[in-house]
Amino acid sequence: MSGPLLEVEGLSVDFPTRSRTVQAVRDISFSVGREKVGIVGESGSGKTMTGRAVLGLIRPPGIVTARKMTFDGIDLTALSERQYRRIRGNRIAMVMQDPKFSLNPVMTVGRQIDEAYRVSTRAAPGEARRRTLEMLEAVRIRDPERVYRTYPHEVSGGMGQRIMIAMMLIAEPDLLIADEPTSALDVTVQMQVLAIVDDLVSQRGMGLMFISHDLNLVASFCDRVVIMYAGQIVETCRASELHAATHPYTRGLLASLPRVDQPVERLSTLVRDESWKTEPGVDARIS
Amino acid sequence: MPASPETGAAGIALLIAHLDVRFGTGEGAVHAVRDTSFTVRRGESFGLVGESGSGKSTVLRAIAGLARGWTGRIAVDGKDLGPNRTKAFYETVQMVFQDPYGSLHPRHTVDRTLSEPAKIHGIKDIGPRVEALLRDVGLGPEFRFRYPHQLSGGQRQRVAIARALMLEPRILLLDEPTSALDVSVQAEILNLLQRLKREHGLTYILVSHDLAVIAHMCDRLAVMNAGRIVEEMDVEQLRRSEPQHNYTRQLLNASLGYDRETADTLLTFD
Repeated sequence: MSGPLLEVEGLSVDFPTRSRTVQAVRDISFSVGREKVGIVGESGSGKTMTGRAVLGLIRPPGIVTARKMTFDGIDLTALSERQYRRIRGNRIAMVMQDPKFSLNPVMTVGRQIDEAYRVSTRAAPGEARRRTLEMLEAVRIRDPERVYRTYPHEVSGGMGQRIMIAMMLIAEPDLLIADEPTSALDVTVQMQVLAIVDDLVSQRGMGLMFISHDLNLVASFCDRVVIMYAGQIVETCRASELHAATHPYTRGLLASLPRVDQPVERLSTLVRDESWKTEPGVDARIS
Repeated sequence: MPASPETGAAGIALLIAHLDVRFGTGEGAVHAVRDTSFTVRRGESFGLVGESGSGKSTVLRAIAGLARGWTGRIAVDGKDLGPNRTKAFYETVQMVFQDPYGSLHPRHTVDRTLSEPAKIHGIKDIGPRVEALLRDVGLGPEFRFRYPHQLSGGQRQRVAIARALMLEPRILLLDEPTSALDVSVQAEILNLLQRLKREHGLTYILVSHDLAVIAHMCDRLAVMNAGRIVEEMDVEQLRRSEPQHNYTRQLLNASLGYDRETADTLLTFD
């Protein structure tokens, strides 16, 4: 394949209110290939809105504009809602933060995954059931037959998140947008869930947009990092070089983290500079 | 500050011995805390770390009188606590909760939130105390008559901390006080808690799932898993990466960041 899987140029998301327009995302450009790209920022930085805009999930009165937004050669800006539905879940999937609110509470786990598979592939019920059990096993669920019959409230948070991931991955999407997929999980479960996603990226060549507020996690998990502040991309680098970041915002965030191995008397706090909002953003595309 | 660990019972702010907490009865009963014992010296910061469901928050709630049906001993300043908490208890021990969005009454102004405990305890001259505490937690007087929805998450947590300090307690129970906040705001709140501890001579019991936060704030810590303390150590041992128990080691490894090989070594401890 030539060129990146997802290419975004000049994406903006605006929410007009009575008194002014809130610019959630301001003219950002980035690309995602068959790699793990971390989008990092604090609450309100626009990272979640960026993910939702790519999936066509910004509802009115929100306004999405982009000079260019292509996925595998498809112009996303020109799609009708109907055409978008054919891509969503099928070729681009999204894992949200909280499984409690993303799973249907009155439908068994197995049937939900089944349905996701049948909608995207039109497979026969027997085939869908077989694939569902395989997928549950792939996300390290020990007794897939039992979990297939359970309802979402009967499973733990960690298992719920793995079920979500199984449901999103069963259609074998080319691009997975994961919005804080593991922040509600314990560190050990988080590591196991990330390992599953990691293997899928390396084995299947899937692209991953990993939205997170956790700098340490992104630095150790992703290939590339995009740092967002006030709706803009202020810096981008290889994940392994995040510790050498140069933008004062990135440096400030890194310095404010307590560390087990490096004790400090007082944590350094972030002093925000107004100029960060007005200086031009950074282009995070690679060709 | 009367921090004299060698003076025996006199230096002990809090003693927990053989604490058991159960919820419910019959088949659905949950044994949340099992035979847990530790002591916290005056002026010390003691950390309780563990994953969700380990029982760490339940220990705090049992101390605060929010979890009923516990057995064992809880003693504050050498005095054993019964099932009910007195006014005098709340003048010694106060709690700060995890979610600053849920712990403040949405229809009460900051002034009313801070005044309430003082009114209950019959304190006079509430106004000046509210003003002084707001200054103490780094909020200006302009915040006094605001509502929670007009405040950021960090500002709300400052209000919750000010409320806890209204009765001038000596012991603060901190239940994940920064885990709902952005890292830059977390740094500000942790710095605030450190300063208040020095200025007011406080004793902290801090519950967190984040080993780095515990290491930054505490002198000693206990690691909990499935309702039990699996290991107690000082922070220096943790920093030198010398945990004895496998579970602690695993927690430490996992908190250092993602590593594909480490992920395969993780076990479930039940």
